Amino acid sequence: MDRRNFLRKTLSFIISVGALGSLKEILNIIPAIAEVKNGELTKPVYGMGIQIDKCIGCGRCVEACKIENDVPQEPFFFRTWVEKYVIKKDGTVIVQNIANETGAETVPEKDILRSFFVPKLCNQCANPPCVQVCPVGATFSTEEGVVLVDEKRCIGCRYCIQACPYGARYLHPTKKTADKCTFCYHRIEKGLLPACVEVCPTQARIFGDLKSMASPLVRFKRMNKLHVLKPYLNTEPKVSYADLDGEVR
Amino acid sequence: MKNLLPKLPEHIFRLFLVFLVFLGVILLVRFFIPNSFREHKVQIASTVEREKAREIKFAGTSACAVCHEEQYNIKKNGYHKNLSCETCHGPAQGHTENPTEIKPPAPRDRKFCPVCHAYNASRPIGFPQINPVAHNPLQPCITCHEPHDPKPPETPRECKACHGEFERTKEVSPHVLLKCTTCHVTPALHKVTPWSVRPSKPTTREFCGRCHGQESTVAKTAKVDMASHGEKYVCWQCHYPHAPEVR
Repeated sequence: MDRRNFLRKTLSFIISVGALGSLKEILNIIPAIAEVKNGELTKPVYGMGIQIDKCIGCGRCVEACKIENDVPQEPFFFRTWVEKYVIKKDGTVIVQNIANETGAETVPEKDILRSFFVPKLCNQCANPPCVQVCPVGATFSTEEGVVLVDEKRCIGCRYCIQACPYGARYLHPTKKTADKCTFCYHRIEKGLLPACVEVCPTQARIFGDLKSMASPLVRFKRMNKLHVLKPYLNTEPKVSYADLDGEVR
Repeated sequence: MKNLLPKLPEHIFRLFLVFLVFLGVILLVRFFIPNSFREHKVQIASTVEREKAREIKFAGTSACAVCHEEQYNIKKNGYHKNLSCETCHGPAQGHTENPTEIKPPAPRDRKFCPVCHAYNASRPIGFPQINPVAHNPLQPCITCHEPHDPKPPETPRECKACHGEFERTKEVSPHVLLKCTTCHVTPALHKVTPWSVRPSKPTTREFCGRCHGQESTVAKTAKVDMASHGEKYVCWQCHYPHAPEVR
């Protein structure tokens, strides 16, 4: 073998190996193939839709959530809660959590321009600010897109409670760790609905898999004009609202 | 070893000691600190497992339908068809596991239904709402409404369903035995469009005089001389007809 032949064959060998290797990478870029390969196609991505026009503010969801998830009964610990918005004719907006409504001022009906209820819960953001700030890595997103808290690792520093733009977290008074909505992870894993969705008497809450076309949530998203809370923060919430009023923050 | 040690210079020996300490620390970290303390993935997996293992308390409607087929069939075509059983009866996972011992409660008193059906200005228009104070006071909702298949509101036969205040005033007055329609002529349309078609009110002194005039044959009523009593005034300017004073 002369020197020219040796160089040519070596070079072609390197190039063909490189090409084969990069073909594998190129195939990985095509999402469907990558998903099948990584087993992601079987994993659902959970989300929730909330139809404001259907909520009657009965608070059954709040009660069910507290029972299901052992949330303290005192009316300042919530995994999900319902806010009552009253927009008066003079333009002022009154927001009141319906669980501690007793004692709050009642607006005479002739002064009300419009009024409605807004159920709120953790938005299970795709870019969760609470996960970014945790100093010990105790909170994380699962493969299904649910943000969970490891209560064994959480040191209760409250940083995530401060960071959440939706106020969805609280410090559990006995466990002394951050606690939040998990979409009832233990229920959805077994094919049940989250407790709040299960008990909602008017189907104001719709739960499902964002990936599956057969899920009621995708149908809900197709049929309604949707908004998310605080879209300018780019948190990419997985809880979307239909019939959302511009005053809702 | 003893022969070897003196041969080593002091500074090399110290370096060797430091190396041993390093090795010990690495081994300690490797074998004695559990994996879940170091590996984020392991920690995530253990948290996910812990979350999955949590106790379920709401069993879901399909679980109820297995045994309570009768109620399920009544409910499935009614206005409450989309309601989960546990919305009213509370969490029932315990009941599915131990049906004889644990019984979910059935709310039968008046306090429960108004949680959803009491009038609230913030509720969506068209949702059936009542005023719990005026709507058939003190009667449990289930005396008229079947909770598994509630019917849309029918016009009540009795005036007191809407005009409870007048009914309660009248009940303790001498006029207790009079029907509302004795004095108010009520067109049938009033029950359909109550605001645009109103019942009549008596307009003349003679109307009251039919019972309370001296010539009246109605027994046990207060009688006055219609010609001299009250002069130009109509009766209800002084006497409140729903609770007339007793002498």
